[in-house]
Amino acid sequence: MSTDYLTPVLTGKTLLRANPVSKLFAATVITLALMASIDWVSAAVVLTCELVLMPLLGISVLALARRIWPLLVAALIGAYGTALLADKTGGVVLDVGPFLFTEDSVASGIAVGLRGLALALPGIFVLLTTDPTDLADALAQKLHLPHRFVLGGLASLRLAGLLVEQWETLGLARHARGVGSGGSVGARTRNLLGQSFGLIVQAIRRATRLATAMEARGFGGGTRTWARESSFSALDAVVAAVGLLIAAGAVTAAVLAGTWNFILS
Amino acid sequence: MTPLGGPLPRAVQVSARGWGWRHAGRRAFAARHLDLELTPGERVLLLGASGAGKSTVLHALAGVLGSNDEGEQEGDLLLDGVPPAAARGRAGLVLQDPESQVVLARVGDEVAFAAENLAMPRDEIWRRVHRALDDVGLDLPLDHPTTALSGGQKQRLALASVLAMEPGLLLLDEPTANLDPDGVLEVRDAVIRVLDRTRATLVVVEHRVAVWADVVDRLIVLDADGGVLADGAPGQVLVQEATRSRLEQAGVWVPGRRPAVGGAVPTSAGGEVLLAATGLDVARTKRGPVAVAGLDLTVRAGQALGITGPNGAGKSTAALTLGGLLRPRAGSVRAVPALTGTAGDDPFRWRSTELVQRIGTVFQEPEHQFLTASVGEELAVGPARVGGAQAPGRIAELAERLRLTHLLQANPFTLSGGEKRRLSVATMLATAPRILILDEPTFGQDALTWAELVTLLRELVDDGVAVLSVTHDAEFIDALGGATLHVSGGAGTLVHR
Repeated sequence: MSTDYLTPVLTGKTLLRANPVSKLFAATVITLALMASIDWVSAAVVLTCELVLMPLLGISVLALARRIWPLLVAALIGAYGTALLADKTGGVVLDVGPFLFTEDSVASGIAVGLRGLALALPGIFVLLTTDPTDLADALAQKLHLPHRFVLGGLASLRLAGLLVEQWETLGLARHARGVGSGGSVGARTRNLLGQSFGLIVQAIRRATRLATAMEARGFGGGTRTWARESSFSALDAVVAAVGLLIAAGAVTAAVLAGTWNFILS
Repeated sequence: MTPLGGPLPRAVQVSARGWGWRHAGRRAFAARHLDLELTPGERVLLLGASGAGKSTVLHALAGVLGSNDEGEQEGDLLLDGVPPAAARGRAGLVLQDPESQVVLARVGDEVAFAAENLAMPRDEIWRRVHRALDDVGLDLPLDHPTTALSGGQKQRLALASVLAMEPGLLLLDEPTANLDPDGVLEVRDAVIRVLDRTRATLVVVEHRVAVWADVVDRLIVLDADGGVLADGAPGQVLVQEATRSRLEQAGVWVPGRRPAVGGAVPTSAGGEVLLAATGLDVARTKRGPVAVAGLDLTVRAGQALGITGPNGAGKSTAALTLGGLLRPRAGSVRAVPALTGTAGDDPFRWRSTELVQRIGTVFQEPEHQFLTASVGEELAVGPARVGGAQAPGRIAELAERLRLTHLLQANPFTLSGGEKRRLSVATMLATAPRILILDEPTFGQDALTWAELVTLLRELVDDGVAVLSVTHDAEFIDALGGATLHVSGGAGTLVHR
């Protein structure tokens, strides 16, 4: 099965129309604001705003959870680990053998979990609503990144999707030759290494052929034009402004609540 | 860069004088002593044995052979008097493999790519995109995903993508070798339409002369030792008896000639049943769609079974499932005790070492199955994995039979296409399976390799091996006899002869 990273299933009609650069800008300022301080107020403000904006994704909570569940699990593990290991001050909440949770350690755990989620969601918003081709157009035309770099990245994204299919084919082909999975741990490891090496060889050959095909179509010259114009609209101003507002709101709320905890201070 | 003058691109004139190219790190020249003049608008079919340097010449004309650190050039090769690398956009190259040429996600962007690279204004780009798609007859929305195309459509897209440069020289490197018969005609007819409109110069490389003989007005045969073996109008070159036989010796498919094959078409109705499929539904992935449903068939010792059908119909999926590599979605594949021996009766549950002694599967891409750094080791892997006392004589005999003896020290990845195919079959035979499955064994093979394969497989069938071949090649199926499973529209129909 080939995984098609170049034409992912996108959701959210409104954000889909926004320019990828404005979405990236909004996601970046929100992330920066969150990273600047480890506290639960800024995290909670950002997370609340993100949940309020969730309908923009045009995807049900369940469908979203299915796509990002590893992040939810990671946030939970982070929260649990922090609650278990943070300074044990405040009243005891739970004390079973080696497991001691206090009010303060639980609060730290919640802050870390919320912050993890709040940090992950802006990326999810961009990922779910941005077509890679549009992103490449925007990066090259609006941010003026070198076109070789941008288009090379785009082409490699397509090849990365083919790797999944290649891996499966290689596995079958090797099984047919008598070197499939099974046997001792050593044999399995050797087989895995062999198959990985085979995948690398195939990937390089495919990439070389693709590079030839691109070069044969005039790729790699000095100047280049773009068939589709990447443009900004009023929507992009709104997206950028909302991003700034959320970031500023989170910082202000944390400072006012006295929980602001600048990481560099 | 300014757009090319006039409504039509100017056809390119090609001239080679004592031209040769040696890839960096190789002792022998890939092509050498080439003297050629192609007049603008000429349509040329370039032939030659594998290894005669046909692809090297095409790549050189396309200007993609690379710089001086990638090889050494001698003599001159010029397009309209300038080196190909300086004539960016004048030559358009279409490669053999449809999969490795697609760059972008949408059909419109893919075609626009070359025009963008040549820095055309936006209006001009889209004018060219529409015209190119029109020329190749691809009537699809511009945002159609490039992954959702058949092999023939992908090749026509590749053709449209180079047409967007409005090249004066069209270079086709075995553009139809990987396609089913419908796809072959689809692509060839698109090329004819394009040439009739643009009047561009054409150089096409292809083993199968019949596909292009009526389209081209000149045949050039490269000599494997350098230089040109024959050159002239197809009618002229192909009627000269001396040239014809030299072409045949070089492995070229000469129209009206079948390669000389040993043995006779096996006529036995088959011996004992080895494998039986009942109500079998096959699917490539665990959750993906069912490719073919409700297959009922038996695989008999000493019988050939051809599996045919259009590209993407599920032929390979069916074959891999019969071969115990894919899990049946529904129904069953069961092996009889004579085949199973000490293993269970479900081939999918066999361990690799059990499988390789019972069913050998030769994949379409030989490289996927190469495991070692030399041909000799490659042949020894199977028997070594299986263990037990395997006579070293068998490997020597196999190498001899498949003309690999002189290559035992060579790296499998450096072999020619025909040699790779012979090796991939030999490695499977090394463990003497009673069922041999081959996926498109004749794709892109020259006539010599084709004849060798048919001869060998006939012997195997006569020796009691069941041979299953997934193939588009009707002549190949005829040559092996037996039954045919035609797969299309999600169902399989068995035809006995």
